[in-house]
Amino acid sequence: MNGAWLTVLMAVPLVGAAVLAALPRRVAPVVAKQVALGVSLVTLVLAAVIGFAYDPGAGYQFSVELDWIPAFGAHFALGLDGIGLALVLMTVILTPVVILASWNDGDQGRWSVHSFFAWMLALEGLAIGVFAATDVFLFYVLFEATLIPIYFLIGGFGGPQRAAAAMKFLIYSLVGGLVMLAAVIGLYVVSADSEFGSTYLLAELQQVPIDEGVGRWLFLGFFIAFAIKAPMFPVHTWLPDAAAQGTSGTSVLLVSILDKIGTFGMIRFCLTLFPEASQWATPVIVVLALISIVYGALLAIGQDSIPRLIAYTSISHFGFIVLGIFVMNSYGATGATLYMFNHGLSTAALFLVTGYLIRRRGSASISDFGGVEKVAPVMAGILLFAGLSSLSLPGLSPFVSEFLVLVGAWQYAPWVAIVAVSGIVLAALYILLMYQRTMTGPTRPEVLGMRDLGVREVVALAPVLLLILGLGLYPKPLLSVIDPAVEDTLVYVDGVSPDSPDEAVTGTETDEEGDQ
Amino acid sequence: MTVTMLTNALLVSTAGATEPPVVEPAAADGALSLLWLVIALPALGAAVLLLAGRRSDSWGHLLGTATVAGSFLVSLVSFIALLGRDEGDRSVGQHLWTWFEVGLDGRVFSADLALLYDPLSALFLLLITGVGALIHVYSIGYMALDPRRRRFFGYLNLFIAAMLVLVLSDGYLGLFLGWEGVGLASYLLIGFFQHKPSAAAAAKKAFVVNRVGDVGMVLALALIIATFGTVSFAGISAASSQVGEGTLTAIGFLLLLAACGKSAQVPLQSWLLDAMEGPTPVSALIHAATMVTAGVYLVVRSNFIFENAEIAQTGVVVVGTVTLLWGAVIGCAKDDIKKVLAGSTMSQIGYMMLAAGLGVAGYAYAIFHLLTHGFFKANMFLGAGSVMHGMNDEVDMRRYGALRAAMPITFATFALGYLAIIGFPGFSGFWSKDRIIETALAENWVVGVAALIGAGVTAFYMTRLMLMTFFGEKRWADEVHPHESPKVMTTPLIVLAALSVVGGVLILGNWLKDWLTPVVGKAEPHDLPVPVIVITIAITLVVAVGVALAWFLVGRREVPRTAPTDVSFVTRAARADLYGDAVNEGLFMRPGQRLTRGLGTFDHSVVDGTVRGTAGTFMASSSLFRRMQNGYVRSYALSLLAGALLVMVALLVVTIA
Repeated sequence: MNGAWLTVLMAVPLVGAAVLAALPRRVAPVVAKQVALGVSLVTLVLAAVIGFAYDPGAGYQFSVELDWIPAFGAHFALGLDGIGLALVLMTVILTPVVILASWNDGDQGRWSVHSFFAWMLALEGLAIGVFAATDVFLFYVLFEATLIPIYFLIGGFGGPQRAAAAMKFLIYSLVGGLVMLAAVIGLYVVSADSEFGSTYLLAELQQVPIDEGVGRWLFLGFFIAFAIKAPMFPVHTWLPDAAAQGTSGTSVLLVSILDKIGTFGMIRFCLTLFPEASQWATPVIVVLALISIVYGALLAIGQDSIPRLIAYTSISHFGFIVLGIFVMNSYGATGATLYMFNHGLSTAALFLVTGYLIRRRGSASISDFGGVEKVAPVMAGILLFAGLSSLSLPGLSPFVSEFLVLVGAWQYAPWVAIVAVSGIVLAALYILLMYQRTMTGPTRPEVLGMRDLGVREVVALAPVLLLILGLGLYPKPLLSVIDPAVEDTLVYVDGVSPDSPDEAVTGTETDEEGDQ
Repeated sequence: MTVTMLTNALLVSTAGATEPPVVEPAAADGALSLLWLVIALPALGAAVLLLAGRRSDSWGHLLGTATVAGSFLVSLVSFIALLGRDEGDRSVGQHLWTWFEVGLDGRVFSADLALLYDPLSALFLLLITGVGALIHVYSIGYMALDPRRRRFFGYLNLFIAAMLVLVLSDGYLGLFLGWEGVGLASYLLIGFFQHKPSAAAAAKKAFVVNRVGDVGMVLALALIIATFGTVSFAGISAASSQVGEGTLTAIGFLLLLAACGKSAQVPLQSWLLDAMEGPTPVSALIHAATMVTAGVYLVVRSNFIFENAEIAQTGVVVVGTVTLLWGAVIGCAKDDIKKVLAGSTMSQIGYMMLAAGLGVAGYAYAIFHLLTHGFFKANMFLGAGSVMHGMNDEVDMRRYGALRAAMPITFATFALGYLAIIGFPGFSGFWSKDRIIETALAENWVVGVAALIGAGVTAFYMTRLMLMTFFGEKRWADEVHPHESPKVMTTPLIVLAALSVVGGVLILGNWLKDWLTPVVGKAEPHDLPVPVIVITIAITLVVAVGVALAWFLVGRREVPRTAPTDVSFVTRAARADLYGDAVNEGLFMRPGQRLTRGLGTFDHSVVDGTVRGTAGTFMASSSLFRRMQNGYVRSYALSLLAGALLVMVALLVVTIA
């Protein structure tokens, strides 16, 4: 019974997608929209029930394990730990938000409105599966399958260059997938010789001793795929194009949810399956993460297109997440996992509110705006709020995660934190410059007639904004779920850095010992 | 070698100082258990005013003022309760909730949101809510004609709440929450007239420069957590004596960087003059009386760090001394009345920083000057606002003149503030500034002389301001009809003027020093090279010279209506804010713009180009691949299917093999 929960959670949106796809075209689009919203809300309720029943610190829960392809040890195996739960919750929260915010965005697509929302639900179901998969093969299949809905969402409902952007996204992802496929096959080979026989179960693979050289190759296979997905410098250039061409809702699904599979994969698979190789690669990855942070932020400052700007800010933020994962201490890894959730919220708010703005003006170019605050103060206020969360203002949720990553980075090596912290100055620049150029100054004649946000648009955003504020001041519910799972993960990594270094002088007991 | 000599000359001796006191708060009880209300009231006010929208336009300003007045009452009651406690028992803590926690059992790092109410924060509470309430009252009149007045009060309430979080937090993380909160409020209020591009740009500049300071704060926090495993003042003060001086010095310099940003000290001073784009009550509250003094608060609060980090302390002294002269020189050359006051603020905070850097001997005087400055500078900023109110928002003093008759109350209150700031004997500034100069002279004569010269320059530019504004010939245009401001604006002026006069009573019988002893430690009496009375006379003489010089250069001559251009190099430099902006633009802004543009090209042509080139090679060489690029979705779907099949086949092959 317990094991059925996750299967149902994953199945509800997938079935909803199938129903929407099967709906005759003569059914009014509004019905399709309502069905989509309803299904996503049911999923949200289900996930909430799971969240409340979840026992923090008790390892994987709601597990299910069925033989799938016995010939090579693949299982249909799902289970949630705190990391997975956080990302599943983010997925189920953002999907209804995106559906409501994108209410009219599928109307002028290449295909029907029904399919627009069907692909969204399909993506939700597959993403839940990815975050809950405890079998590497199942993970790989779902990982690749998520490409399909997003490909159609960008290619069918985006801007003028959507076909090219969708293609670029697909090719990058397929290349990454191919590399990972090789590593997945390699894992099978390695496990075939182990005590478990051929298996893809994560829990078993984690115990399989892997030869150092082989482990490093397999690690690379996984890591490259995840780095493309996340995306990190230098394999990031598909993201700005995809974000610029997709609808704002698609961009949320892509950047807030799908890209997290990359960083999720790093912490779930790279660290626990290949701890030695992870340690071995850490210096290079830390440098790449630092480059991503600074490079993404600098490029964001120079953008004139709003969605491209947000895409580059995400590259910078993903740099923080990867950095937090690979400094391999509980500040960094807990911060990084929390960062995934918070970045999902703040980027969703940014994409959606600027999406409203862009649709009204018919242009995504910052230079086409000016003085919008005067005519649309609510929109301006929400944009500023979302922007402040993106620049990690204390009191809003992304601050806690970014701060923890920086503290973790300092414990890894102070110079790493010193380089990374430049990101907070650059973040202030890219956000406030955008706000200044679009919202302040004399109102441009072209925006004079702009409507402020309507009720639907505000209602769609409200849950995200409330969560950003609520989790900014009280992130404990989420942290208490994430933290134990992160500690469990770090156990795999050899020589996990201690939380507080030995020279810590407070903390009573350690104090006395330190003096002797 | 000269550098070493200079360092030696500047090194401040703190030998013989006692250990800094350990923070040990007792649980809040009685009247003090309502402490959280001080913050909650204005926070609630901000939430209501910003979310209720236009519905609250008619009463928003009243609610906003009432919440701060309520906060003042709670502060007052708390202060009285604190007065009634024993000296050793005047540190009270109130735990609100745990912000976040990380780590395994036994090694948990916990960031709590908790309040620490002690003699230091008690004084700040009274200043923030007291002056804050007066400025709210004043703003009712000042912003009466602004259609967005309700929002203005919302932002002001937000500011008060954040500032109270800053001074009430029991640790550095909570302090940082308030620190950034006041930064946000400052951003919103500087840019309040955001249809003006200059206001929007100034707001952004203030935020970004403060973020540079925040780099110091974040790194200091990281180092503190790595070193102490806690961020609470109690935990750090108990352990700081066991930590190496190198670590404490690093923390000290990082905190100093943060303080420079928030308190507009050199080298992060450039934002404050631009910040005068904000409405004048904002300049009075945020950019004179409270927020910009947060850096001084930070240094004094961190006495347990700085007392064991002599080099960092010297850094504070150097920054304070440079800035007190820097701001004063700028103040001499400006014609915009608010910018004169802004330069003056920078300079006066320099005095406070200098005092704070002098250690136990100076902490109490830093806070003393902070309080008196809060009174007289808020008074004068509001006075400047009152002048502007009667002069169609004109800020150029060259278009003022002879205003004392048209606005008698503004003139009288401004004049009292003027006497206070130049240190006219008996007025509040006389007591507070003299103590700083005396202490500086006793500790290090180089710094002391600089502070003494600064007092003369202060007298010069303030006298110049008085003469150009209230005396001489009238220079305003005919369509301007100067008039006195309404009572709602003049009443706060009168209260603040009274405080500017009598603020010196705080030091009667060394009350303030004794009051702060539980927080900053007991100062050893210092040995002055000469009797105190000699120093006092010297300071008064220097001030008199400054006043006289202004009289000869400004008062006795006709003031031209446009600024003369054939001026000395020094004047030109001072008018250009001593080239602070030029340096920033040349060193950071323009290279930064070139960098972002260059990187944009690099990203497109090199990073993306490499990938496109690789892809292109494949496509060109494979006609099969080209046929797949036909744009038909079904063939893409087919290729995905093919990929999946490939997986199956590969796995089967491996299995069989």
